[in-house]
Amino acid sequence: MKKLLTATAASALLAASAVAAEDVKIGVILGFTGPLESITPMMAAGAEMAMAEVTASGKLLDGSTVTPVRADSTCIDAAAATAAAERLITSDNVNAIMGADCSGVTGAILQNVARANGVVMVSPSATSPALSTAEDDGLFFRTAPSDARQGVVMTDVIMERGIKTVALTYTNNDYGKGLADSFQAAFEAAGGTVTISAAHEDGKADYSAEVGALASAGGEVLVVAGYTDQGGKGIIQASLDTGAFDTFVLPDGMVGQELVDTIGSDLDGSFGQYPGTDSKGSEVFQGLAAAAGFDGTSAFAPESYDAAALIMLAMQAAGSTNSADFAGKIMDLANAPGEPILPGELGKALDLIAAGQDIDYVGATAVELIGPGESAGNYREIEIGGGAINTVRFR
Amino acid sequence: MEFLNGFVALSNFVLVPAIAYGSQLALGALGVTLIYGILRFSNFAHGDTMAFGAMVTVLVTWAMQSIGISFGPLPTALLALPFGIAGAVLMVLMTDKMVYKFYREKKSKPVILVIVSMGVMFMMNGIVRVIIGPNEQQFRDGERFLIKAREFKNMTGLDEGLAIKSTQAITVVTAAIAVALLFWFLNKTRTGKSMRAYSDNEDLALLSGINPERVVAVTWIIVAALATIAGVLYGLDKSFKPFTYFQLLLPIFASAIVGGLGNPLGAIAGGFVVAFSEVMITYAWKKVLGYWLPDTLEPSGLVQLLSTDYKFAVSFMILIVVLLFRPTGLFKGKAY
Repeated sequence: MKKLLTATAASALLAASAVAAEDVKIGVILGFTGPLESITPMMAAGAEMAMAEVTASGKLLDGSTVTPVRADSTCIDAAAATAAAERLITSDNVNAIMGADCSGVTGAILQNVARANGVVMVSPSATSPALSTAEDDGLFFRTAPSDARQGVVMTDVIMERGIKTVALTYTNNDYGKGLADSFQAAFEAAGGTVTISAAHEDGKADYSAEVGALASAGGEVLVVAGYTDQGGKGIIQASLDTGAFDTFVLPDGMVGQELVDTIGSDLDGSFGQYPGTDSKGSEVFQGLAAAAGFDGTSAFAPESYDAAALIMLAMQAAGSTNSADFAGKIMDLANAPGEPILPGELGKALDLIAAGQDIDYVGATAVELIGPGESAGNYREIEIGGGAINTVRFR
Repeated sequence: MEFLNGFVALSNFVLVPAIAYGSQLALGALGVTLIYGILRFSNFAHGDTMAFGAMVTVLVTWAMQSIGISFGPLPTALLALPFGIAGAVLMVLMTDKMVYKFYREKKSKPVILVIVSMGVMFMMNGIVRVIIGPNEQQFRDGERFLIKAREFKNMTGLDEGLAIKSTQAITVVTAAIAVALLFWFLNKTRTGKSMRAYSDNEDLALLSGINPERVVAVTWIIVAALATIAGVLYGLDKSFKPFTYFQLLLPIFASAIVGGLGNPLGAIAGGFVVAFSEVMITYAWKKVLGYWLPDTLEPSGLVQLLSTDYKFAVSFMILIVVLLFRPTGLFKGKAY
């Protein structure tokens, strides 16, 4: 009883002291049910960790606190996601939205709710290239790279090796098709030639017919936008068996030790890239996450932390919690110049901003926002050699 | 030189794979055609009989590999093949006793037996997946190549390489031996002759004192052996995954029908017709034609009649054409 009384008194005191400042609310709208329900708890935990950190520092807008308000985007049901976002804004009065997760519902919330109410939205995980060109009134940002970005990075990786003609095969689904299209567009824009772009089905026993067509079209290397344990492996095996191609370009779905182990030394010299960073931020973030009791390596958890952090830093920079005021600040804060900010240094960042200094928010994923406010993404360029995946460099 | 390069490219991507694939289809189609000729129904469970026999072989191969038995440069699976055949024989004799016999004694119509065989197909399909799982399994060992593409290039000085996998050679040799044995058995032995008699005219055969149950049992044993050999060869040459055998059913039936259902020679011819059509229609001819045609006529496109995605559609097209214009198949088969 005594304990309860003390606690009540303490919270009453806290509440009283916060009256002068503001209670900032940030909506966390993620697919807590649906296809992503296994990773969204960690994503939400990442975002909420950033909010707790800022609240604990007491430095946001003269001691404002930040409260997360969760809502379910379902990942797939645009109507349900729109209704949930509507509730966040009209009845919970959130100042900004961290979310949504899947590209489809993110687009729906952006068009139906965020733009209509003029609320800033920062998605940690929507990667559809279509969102790059969506009308957003300057309100939409994402800390995940567009899928189109990998096509550009892959083009750079190939071009820098002096290779001008490639054959291209992709697994016949949205991922494969999207990546193949974005790569082909980027590669041809850079002056390269794609001799053939052919789909392959996963799970077949035999890919010699597919490889026959690819070999006939020719090319210095074969780009395989597939999966290591599916058709991608079959294509590579059949190409090596028939001597059709010796060198393969491997995007993210194809980089895996299992592939190197099954194919063996024939794969030496093949190269590729997958998302990854050597920034100190991810290490720091994982430490913080472990201390907070969740898995920091879980997909998009670091991006969620960064999304929430950017929102709060932008509020500080604008001196306002009004979306219209702080939306324009997000790009500046995420990019150089300025003092680099890692996870766990949000308090320091708030101080610097208050003192009128520039910051460069690096965060857990080395965020660099480009174009219409989306992450440039960080890729690890790799080359296979001696039965191992060796990192060439980061780009 | 130009001509040779073109021919080597053609062999590498069309002739060699099609011959191996054709042999596998021919063995499969032989099983279908024997059942049709003697038991008088289309056995839809044939693909999964192949999967079952291959699965037993894979399991025995693993056991042999784990205790260190190997077959030198040849795959261990060939040693395990007799065990696989035995397993498949037990399985089909059991299904015959438990399922087909009931309908045979009732003299059910062929169409009922076809549906019954579909039920058997789903059962076997499930059993195989329960035992070995739905995923791809690795059981190949031994030497992988007879000739490697790069060695061939160095050896001959040609621009194009030719690769022959040892599994492709094994497929053709094994298929030839199996077919020779089958024809010897059907034409020279007493049991084989009684099988043919039973197939030609059931009533007359019964009158002349042929034991029908024995003919049926022998047929199942031969079919199980053929199915297992076909399944193991396909798995060795490509990869073993239960679901792919189910998909093989279509080209196998196309082969049997093209050749003429019930006619063993036709099944073999049909297997090669289907395999060559599948590979040649989906092959991009650009490279070969580039070598063979004069520079002025060199094609700029891929010269691919159908995308490889439509490989199975080729079987359907052949089926339709044959059924429209020559319903009994290339070699006169039975048409009930």
